[in-house]
Amino acid sequence: MLKTLRNRFEQGYRTTRYPKTPIQLPERYRGLPGVNTSAPMELARRCAEACPQTAIDAQKKQIDLGRCVFCGTCEEISEGRFISFSRNFELATASKEALLTQGSLPALAEHSKKHFKKLFGRSLQLRQVSAAGCNACEADLNVLATPFFDLARFGINFVASPRHADAIVVTGPISRNMKTALLQTYDAVPAPKAVIAVGSCTLSGGPFRGSPEISEGLDQLLPVDLFIPGCPPHPLTNLHAFLNFFK
Amino acid sequence: MLTDFLPIENGKAIALDQVPQLRFEDFQRRTLQLVEHGAKVVQFFAYADQGAIKLLAVLRTRHLLVAACPAPEVFPSLTRHCEPFHLFEREIAEQYGLRPEGHPWLKMVRYHANQRGVADVFGNDYAEDIPGRYKYYQVAGEEIHEVAVGPVHAGVIEPGHFRFNCIGERVLHLEIQLGYQHRGVEPLMISSPTKRWPIIVEGIAGDTAIGHSLCFAQAMEALSGRPADQGAQRIRSVALELERLANHIGDLGALSGDVAFLPPANYCGRMRGDFLNLTLLLCGNRFGKGLVRPGGVRFSLTEEIRKTLLQRLAELKPQVLHTLDLLFATPSVRARFEECGTVSREDADHLGIVGPAGRASGLDYDVRRAFPTEAYAKLDVRRIVVSTGDVFARAKIRANEVRQSIALLENLLAEPSETATIQPMPSTLAPASLAVTLNEAWRGEVSHCVLTDAQGQLLRYKIKDPSFHNWNGLAMALRNTGISDFPLNNKSFNLSYCGFDL
Repeated sequence: MLKTLRNRFEQGYRTTRYPKTPIQLPERYRGLPGVNTSAPMELARRCAEACPQTAIDAQKKQIDLGRCVFCGTCEEISEGRFISFSRNFELATASKEALLTQGSLPALAEHSKKHFKKLFGRSLQLRQVSAAGCNACEADLNVLATPFFDLARFGINFVASPRHADAIVVTGPISRNMKTALLQTYDAVPAPKAVIAVGSCTLSGGPFRGSPEISEGLDQLLPVDLFIPGCPPHPLTNLHAFLNFFK
Repeated sequence: MLTDFLPIENGKAIALDQVPQLRFEDFQRRTLQLVEHGAKVVQFFAYADQGAIKLLAVLRTRHLLVAACPAPEVFPSLTRHCEPFHLFEREIAEQYGLRPEGHPWLKMVRYHANQRGVADVFGNDYAEDIPGRYKYYQVAGEEIHEVAVGPVHAGVIEPGHFRFNCIGERVLHLEIQLGYQHRGVEPLMISSPTKRWPIIVEGIAGDTAIGHSLCFAQAMEALSGRPADQGAQRIRSVALELERLANHIGDLGALSGDVAFLPPANYCGRMRGDFLNLTLLLCGNRFGKGLVRPGGVRFSLTEEIRKTLLQRLAELKPQVLHTLDLLFATPSVRARFEECGTVSREDADHLGIVGPAGRASGLDYDVRRAFPTEAYAKLDVRRIVVSTGDVFARAKIRANEVRQSIALLENLLAEPSETATIQPMPSTLAPASLAVTLNEAWRGEVSHCVLTDAQGQLLRYKIKDPSFHNWNGLAMALRNTGISDFPLNNKSFNLSYCGFDL
């Protein structure tokens, strides 16, 4: 008993005040990329060629956050003169087109569907489906339930049954072997319902693009409402997306 | 005529024509001999070389041993004589359509068509996209009932199907059918340009991104003759220990949660995040993605970061140790952990269990000690082995490894580690060569085996996650265990679905 109490005092109160108080992530964290549209074409081409995810369009000088895994290769090559990653973790969008960016994203809260806020603003129950995810996206969604983030204080919970859910949160590049189970889970969620795609794999196939065993984007299978980029998205990216889109 | 295996070194390339090419009969006889005398199977797979299909085995004794042979379309199964070949032979059958005749349980592994386009060994129709559509092993009897779980589980975890045959609450047999996560990683490596390789490898199993990246990078370094410098090796060892800490602490918390003792569950959940944040501090990604590349690391250890890491470690250390103390000193926790899901040393040995799960059943094997890579040859990695083989043993091993990893980190971070900027990968690798790499990731032995063709292009990229050995250990742990103890046992192993499914 004494041991339990001593541990409790040592641990203290750990829950973040975010979103009331902003959080600064470490310097090396790679968030929303900025694009210098006046960078020389030759430099843009070199970055586009080196990008492992072919996420960069040198002609249009834009980057596809759906494909990007935030490895920072382009920033390294251009020494920040074409693309430089900021520490801004607010990355989610309400449309796939908005993921093609030159460095700014539409304010998520304003692009949310109004009836979603009304229906789910006070209570949002999520059913997570991992469809060939590498367990990084899953882990950083799971961590939202720990004391630091404490997702439940916003009325948002992960639930066991799709019947109890308002939305499905999908991770992974949707393998051929997981497709049926995913679609059945979606069907089991009562309408009205939302679909949230988390991570580069779910948005575009991510690192596994081109493999015949996977799909290249959840939007080819289901109507996606919320797109959350990253490999994996930082837990705060997910939290920001949930709060702004639904609250 | 060659009749024996060749000793090789972890992370050193050799020419393919140095690999002993045995007659199939000699290969089989010698492989069985070695394994029956205690050698363990590290890799056993098929590959196509200039139209001919071959088998290649990497075994470990005190050395790593390699040999190859032509692969007959139908060959007498090695599993008949020796259990550790069980899954490897099923994988060979699935990937290349070869039939191990007399295999005791020839069923699919990941549910996909074979690479050669020949008739399917299992008679599956892959237009049906459900690996679970399969006649499971059944136990007959009046009081027998079955429980089917998955692929979609109740929590935020990866998919897989579990089929329990129970009598009352007691599990007689658990069959685990995976494959839902199959992404075709091995063929994708062959068909993808060089620049994509590190990104694909980091996605094999995100919770083991460093473990797999090290195997990949070391293989590329061996095949391009550009080793990482000592500073980079230290930084990579730091990352591997941080990965081990985050996962072990997270799992110990989850184990506590599974026996309804919530304080450590919450503390460990938070502290796991703190260790992930240390990796974030080092390389900008909580799972270490983007850090390890062939030739070194992409992020240096600045003095500022080194000191911050040490300081944060010093803050976390007492909190972690006190929480572990609380967990193991609580009688209700011990009552649930002890004598639950026991895997005997003999069974663990037969199944070829690796990593903490193996060490919990008395198998003294740790790649960091047996075949050290990176900075481990210079570190004092002590032997941590328990022999009871139950949930308590698996938890205890993890807790001891947490203490050990903290000490290793203090050592690694004690002095500055300077490293040069890495050079870009050459576009071709050493032609007609083989490199085998092993690393001790948090679940155990990860191994990659890379073969190149005469032009220096990838001929075969074989990946083995420790989970490939250990899933059968979980099934064994469940025998005669109450079904309500499944979550507890599952968490004590916490195996990778995607690392297995590839």
